[in-house]
Amino acid sequence: MIRWILGGWLLLAVGCSTNAEAPAFVDEAMPESFGFGRLATEEEIARWDIDVSLDGKGLPDGAGTVPEGRRIYAEKCAACHGKTGKEGPYNQLVGPAGDTTTRAKTIGNYWPYATTVFDYIRRTMPYNEPGSLSDEEVYSLTAYLLHANGIIDSALVLQKDNLPAVQMPAQHKFVPDDRRGGPEIK
Amino acid sequence: MSEERNKTTQRLSRRKLLVGAATAATIALVRTATGQQVPAAVPDIPADPTKTQGPPPGTLGSRSPFEQLKKIPSDTSSRTPLQHLHGMITPSDLHFERHHGGVPLIDPDQYQLLIHGMVKKPMIFTLRDLKRFPSVSRIAFLECSGNFRTGREKMTPQEICGLTSQSEWTGVMLATLFREVGVDSRATWFLAEGSDAAVMTRSIPVQKGWQDAMIAYGQNGEALRPEQGYPARLFLPGWEGNTSVKWLRRIELSDKPFMTREETSKYTEPVNGKIRQFSFDMDARSIITFPAYPVQLEKGWVEIRGLAWSGRGKILKVEVSTDNGKKWYPAQLQDPVLDKAHTRFRYLWRWDGNETAIMSRAIDETGYIQPTLEKLVQARGRDMGGYHLNPITAWEIKRDGQVLFRPEKWK
Repeated sequence: MIRWILGGWLLLAVGCSTNAEAPAFVDEAMPESFGFGRLATEEEIARWDIDVSLDGKGLPDGAGTVPEGRRIYAEKCAACHGKTGKEGPYNQLVGPAGDTTTRAKTIGNYWPYATTVFDYIRRTMPYNEPGSLSDEEVYSLTAYLLHANGIIDSALVLQKDNLPAVQMPAQHKFVPDDRRGGPEIK
Repeated sequence: MSEERNKTTQRLSRRKLLVGAATAATIALVRTATGQQVPAAVPDIPADPTKTQGPPPGTLGSRSPFEQLKKIPSDTSSRTPLQHLHGMITPSDLHFERHHGGVPLIDPDQYQLLIHGMVKKPMIFTLRDLKRFPSVSRIAFLECSGNFRTGREKMTPQEICGLTSQSEWTGVMLATLFREVGVDSRATWFLAEGSDAAVMTRSIPVQKGWQDAMIAYGQNGEALRPEQGYPARLFLPGWEGNTSVKWLRRIELSDKPFMTREETSKYTEPVNGKIRQFSFDMDARSIITFPAYPVQLEKGWVEIRGLAWSGRGKILKVEVSTDNGKKWYPAQLQDPVLDKAHTRFRYLWRWDGNETAIMSRAIDETGYIQPTLEKLVQARGRDMGGYHLNPITAWEIKRDGQVLFRPEKWK
């Protein structure tokens, strides 16, 4: 009986470790390649590959300024985010730099990377006309929001060379998840 | 008696004026998920169903008009009526919704999935291509990591944690596609991008892609519902729902995370002065779905029923307390108990009519025991934020049989 139970646990353990290395569904009869699908062309990749990495990879040419961003913000963003980015009704964008104890989670007190601001505005804003802004407009809005949060100087002309270097106040607070299951509550 | 016959006669005579019996309808009051009485169109009800021919076979089945199941929608999500469901599968039209730019309408013939970045062959797959690969099905839950509401006594399970649902998902394993495109062994992360108006993106460790990630095109025996990502989505068993990107159009392999907007103030949580990021796994949780508000309990035998689940594996045990958490007893688990799946539990109890509180706690195969809210606060601090909250839910039974949620404050 004990041997049977031990055997069962062993089997389970082996089953688990096998699962982690080579998933059970990868059948040995599976060919190296099925030949389904086709190669993507460079144009096809460029059409959708709009993400911006932390090192600035993916940032387009062009530049934007804080005054221009302020003008575009008033026209296209203020209706949802408030006159100064603090009033809402939707997500508050401007707030105390680095202070995460307030209820408001803003770009200034919470976002770890400045490149994310550019990436997000370009892919989906404004809400009523997603993806309609030019790259120049996105640079300007990013500059305005970073300035409004006290992160960059009003004279900075934002472009692909200097955006990745902008240090965000909350970045040092980010830590990877350390929950691992088991009895400890984290 | 004679009054009832009168009503039936009236209905029958009215019916004669209508073209067909099947189209005849009257307005009846029906109780909704939240216990409200609302008017709903119910066909004329014959006094004796054995004396009337019913409607002929149809092209699509329908729910009984007496079953008024509804999700509760807000601007950004809608919630599954957990308290009205049986078994372990969520009907597809009641699966919770959470989206960031509405539900897109995508022509399956135009659909393309691009996989590129750190791969040998950047490739495009049509929906037809995806379906030609070996097909896998698994039953698993999907839960939003922001799935906890509190603050009032009169809250249903749907309102407290209706952002969890379960389906049988069918699709191709992402590992199969990873082999096809030849993922670079140095790739550690991939970006998953949707084709909704949010063009929503998340960074996912490549390891999950090799392990059990799926590109799903089927849900409960048919194509995905549009609200669940039609025609194809990423499905990551056991992980916070947001990472299972819907309307998936692009996967890009890289050697670092992409730091998307859903990895900033969204889907991260303050923990003891730090901000926890990439908290993917959904910890074990359970909730008693009967008896729960707005049920009016009667003295005598009660089968306590509920759901338990864990993003880290199988549910090992569910314990129930009927004396406000002093003593705990094992509940029965309904087979099959599946990996990363809602598991139905039940516990027979005889209510003596005295005030008490009932609650359940899930224990998963890693040995994790579902905590109280107090324990979560102890571990994470008072500023812990709203993501990944899985506290024990207590229902207070009042002397008159009222069942009320016990809201707890922590700030």
